[in-house]
Amino acid sequence: MANLKTVSKKTKAQAMGMHTEVLTGRTQQKFFNPDEAENFYYFGTYDVDFNKRTDLDVKDMTAPEANKEIDNLMSQGYGTIVIKNPQGKHSLGVGILNKLNLIFEGSLGYFGMGSCDGPIVRINGRVGWSCAENLMAGKVVIEKNAGSCFGAAIRGGDLICKGSVGARTGIDMKGGTIIIGGDAGAFTGFMMQRGRIIILGDVGINLGDSMYDGTIFVGGEIGSYGSDAVDSDLTLSDQDWLRRKLKVAEIGENFDVSKMKKIVAGKKLWNYDNLEPTEKKGAI
Amino acid sequence: MCGIAGLIHRGKSSNVGSELQGMLQALKHRGEDSTGYALYGDTDGKNFIMRFKVGENVGEGSSSVMEDVSVYDERKKIVDQTLAELGAKVIKEERTLPYSLRYEIDYDVKDLLNFSQTIESIPGVEILSIGKSLEVIKDLGNAKAVCDRYSLDKLVGTHAIGHARMATESGVDIKSAHPFWGYPFSDVSVVHNGQLTNYWNNRRALENKGMRFMSECDSELIAVYIAQKMREGASLEEGMKDSLTGLDGVFTYFVATKDSLGMAKDTMAAKPLVLYESDDLVAMGSEEIAIRSVLPQEIDTYDPFDGEVKVWRI
Repeated sequence: MANLKTVSKKTKAQAMGMHTEVLTGRTQQKFFNPDEAENFYYFGTYDVDFNKRTDLDVKDMTAPEANKEIDNLMSQGYGTIVIKNPQGKHSLGVGILNKLNLIFEGSLGYFGMGSCDGPIVRINGRVGWSCAENLMAGKVVIEKNAGSCFGAAIRGGDLICKGSVGARTGIDMKGGTIIIGGDAGAFTGFMMQRGRIIILGDVGINLGDSMYDGTIFVGGEIGSYGSDAVDSDLTLSDQDWLRRKLKVAEIGENFDVSKMKKIVAGKKLWNYDNLEPTEKKGAI
Repeated sequence: MCGIAGLIHRGKSSNVGSELQGMLQALKHRGEDSTGYALYGDTDGKNFIMRFKVGENVGEGSSSVMEDVSVYDERKKIVDQTLAELGAKVIKEERTLPYSLRYEIDYDVKDLLNFSQTIESIPGVEILSIGKSLEVIKDLGNAKAVCDRYSLDKLVGTHAIGHARMATESGVDIKSAHPFWGYPFSDVSVVHNGQLTNYWNNRRALENKGMRFMSECDSELIAVYIAQKMREGASLEEGMKDSLTGLDGVFTYFVATKDSLGMAKDTMAAKPLVLYESDDLVAMGSEEIAIRSVLPQEIDTYDPFDGEVKVWRI
């Protein structure tokens, strides 16, 4: 080992073997400049053709087998995949980081479509707990009901349930939009940090409990407000946005968005004086 | 973690033993320390069916102490004598396993509490269930193992509830396995998924009122709690609604009686439940795959909301 007492502070870490090169910006240019297409690589992604379509019957497959086969089909360029007989299996469709049209002809169990980034998914059934957890981008549409923790910790994308959802919908969400056509359970928007939740029906107790930021729109009755969740004025801009979102989501066509309630964080629960640097910059 | 499942056929009977076995086996990943069935079979309703044990399963994984079979024989003998003294006539006797017995008893019930207390005063003897149609069968292992051991797949009835257990707060033994009989009410049984945090407070209060606990499993509290409410004159549904505030913690549980099946979910909705409901069948379980074992076709299911109580009749 190098004599650490004699080396300068700047190179001490390198002398300890913690760095082998100095990052100069070249690395970022090489991997993340979209103009250099040949150098841009996103692990686990493929060039797919949406017009290339196939069916996959997962009745006799385990979830890992089914997910591996979806990956295999994408590697062959299939851009539209129809999953037959999902029969409530858990963890189907997880970790898809690709543009893909994925259609489930049936219901999913727990953790369906978790940690995805980009696919357009339609589920012609219901989903169990924690559907689309950690969704980064894309769109997931559920035709029937959903279980609890729907859209937990999503960062982006649109997550749409045409039926009702269970408790803790959008818990810890950090971005994106969740749209519910029916009712939602207790603790909806619990500890949400960013993003928007739209509920056309009723919602249970403790709505938006401990929410840090973000917005919740409710069309029906609210069981009770959680800590630091407060009403806010529904602006014309909000209404325009709601109409656009509902149109894209293909629900609530004739829903009167002007009567919706808007709930935001009261910002009394935490020390909001210590704003994030970007927010400070915006304020200046 | 634990998994629970239940189903009720309305207006007809079915092979509920086999159906529940399929549902619980689909949930075996939630725990297979022990599995229990509460089956409501088709009977003529004349005699009581008493399921009881005179010892524990001391097989692999058990937390029970090994006993000689002769000890079981001795206990059985005392049970037989006690039943005769109580005026109960054993019509049919089955000894499925050395420690597990099923008696059909002709007994004119005046006081089932006194009857049960007398039988259970025999050391090492526990009544698993008493009823005109209820039979509680529970043992170590997964659903299929228990079903095979007790030949439950042929049992025909109207409704059933069951439990796949991952032991967390008490031993791996039959006495801590679900379902729990709603002592001292005939034909009442309970299964539970969750944790109760005011178990000891409630237990002390209920013991002071004369109720009995056989295990240290928190889930047993639900059966005793509801039984006490019914003893005080509440209906099953009223007792269940009361439990939403009387019991603290997280829970989803099922209660079954001779002609009904109910579910309750705590006010935080912390424990899962998926429900399918139609005119002729209600099926529910901790996960949809349990329901799929009896209804493989595409169906509409939903999660009951927080604080919800539902009861269905056959």
